[in-house]
Amino acid sequence: MSAYAMPEMYFNIDHGYLEGLVRGFKGGILKQADYLNLVQCESLDDLKLHLQSTDYGNFLANEPSPLTVSVIDDKLKEKLVIEFQHLRNHCLEPLATFLDYITYSYMIDNIILLITGTLHQRPINELIPKCHPLGSFEQMEAIHIAATPAELYNAVLVDTPLAPYFIDCISEQDLDEMNIEIIRNTLYKAYLEDFYSFCSELGGATAEVMCDALAFEADRRAFIITINSFGTELTKDDRAKLYPRCGKLNPYGLTQLGRADDYDQVRAVADIYGEYKELFEGSGTNPGDKTLEDRFFDREVQLMKNSFMQQFQMGTFYSYVKLKEQENRNIVWIAECVAQRHRAKIDSYIPIF
Amino acid sequence: MADVDYQPSKPSSKLSGVSLYPVYAVVYVLALSAILVIAFYYMLTGKGARFDFGWFLESTSPFMWASIGIGLSISLSVVGAAWGIFTTGVSILGGGVKAPRIKTKNLISIIFCEAVAIYGIIMAIVIANQLGTYDPLTASETVIRDSHYAGFQMFAAGLTVGLSNIACGISVGIVGSGAALADAQNASLFVKLLIIEIFATAIGLFGIIVAILQITGVKMGTD
Repeated sequence: MSAYAMPEMYFNIDHGYLEGLVRGFKGGILKQADYLNLVQCESLDDLKLHLQSTDYGNFLANEPSPLTVSVIDDKLKEKLVIEFQHLRNHCLEPLATFLDYITYSYMIDNIILLITGTLHQRPINELIPKCHPLGSFEQMEAIHIAATPAELYNAVLVDTPLAPYFIDCISEQDLDEMNIEIIRNTLYKAYLEDFYSFCSELGGATAEVMCDALAFEADRRAFIITINSFGTELTKDDRAKLYPRCGKLNPYGLTQLGRADDYDQVRAVADIYGEYKELFEGSGTNPGDKTLEDRFFDREVQLMKNSFMQQFQMGTFYSYVKLKEQENRNIVWIAECVAQRHRAKIDSYIPIF
Repeated sequence: MADVDYQPSKPSSKLSGVSLYPVYAVVYVLALSAILVIAFYYMLTGKGARFDFGWFLESTSPFMWASIGIGLSISLSVVGAAWGIFTTGVSILGGGVKAPRIKTKNLISIIFCEAVAIYGIIMAIVIANQLGTYDPLTASETVIRDSHYAGFQMFAAGLTVGLSNIACGISVGIVGSGAALADAQNASLFVKLLIIEIFATAIGLFGIIVAILQITGVKMGTD
């Protein structure tokens, strides 16, 4: 499959029905009016009642009361998983590979969770329910047979779709010595760059939408890694190896970030780039300011909403998953505030539509 | 554009299929070398004058041109109609899952695409009615001249209506697909998008008008 010049003519043959379906799903994402109803709830049962009138319907109908926030979280995730699996089961290539790429980020989280759990001698059946169902793979049950990460790689991980990400960046002795978080970030970097080159190979409108979205994701990770590494023992060289190179910060921004020592220097790097300058400007740690993470989420939601403006491209599927994730986070945030009766910050969810 | 700065150092690990470009390149090179060999053969052996397009036009039968014209008229129109129907039909199906109210209204887009095929069949019948025969040994010069003229006109009319219907079908299909999906989100948008579709069908109408102008007044054969 190469970059066809006019995707409008060919896209609907294979993917037209699923695009129509995913746009229908997107129409069911909660609007501002629904959020206003939700923040006025007094209890979790109220919340359940309000969610019944939205696209969620009776998804909490079979749960025994009293409801807890973790039950709501699980059921929200389950709804997203059911819709995603439906899309994945009905699609043709290359959309099937595209949807698989979306699941790899959840797979990375699952693998890191399982490795950490195994290293702390947790039984495997305690860990499996904690894994995200979108990122499940066949060898998940077999992870506990390995004693060290290197053995784990040779026996189990080499058959998963994530094997190429291990090969390029982590050698066997690295797996044993490296901190688990560094492994996670190295894998994620390899995954993001691979996804980026897959999308640019697809070409056309998909490449336009997805490359922008993935570039933003890469830059966001670079900033967050840098800020979180102040005060830890992560050396600057190691930190520079974790930055994904497919964003707008590459190469000058990344070299400068690699040398940054504190928050103000990071901010100085962001000031060079127009869109990141305004993200850093409005943020801060004073009460009433939005945090930097919230500004990043805002910008991500903006990018994802814009991708629905183009038809005949696969970015709508990626955006749908991201927006649904954001909606789940919002509902869980509101549910936590309601359950704990601490309504001071109940309005700091990220509005979507 | 994000991909101006970053050149991926290697292709993605999940290959999205084999490129077709080697096939295109081979076909192109073979065709080009065949044409060049034939052209140089004629030129270099002093037979350049034999490469004569006028001789080709005179010695081919006008019946062949006319029949190809009729075939092109219906077949290319059907290609355009089919293209439009599949483009808009799957979007109506996909959008209709979560918004069932769009199902009936959006069949108008399918009807517009079907009209394209109807233009093609009308033209085919009109052209076919003008066919006539003559005996090349006994016919007068006027009849032979008129019949050749008629053959070329029929071919041109069929090509005109066929190609313009392909364009019309594709554009009605793409607009209809957008109309269905927009209607599923916001019911007030449908009427506005229908106006765009009406302009798109107008180009098919232009094709059939020009084809009818080309076909009037031709006289083929002695009957």
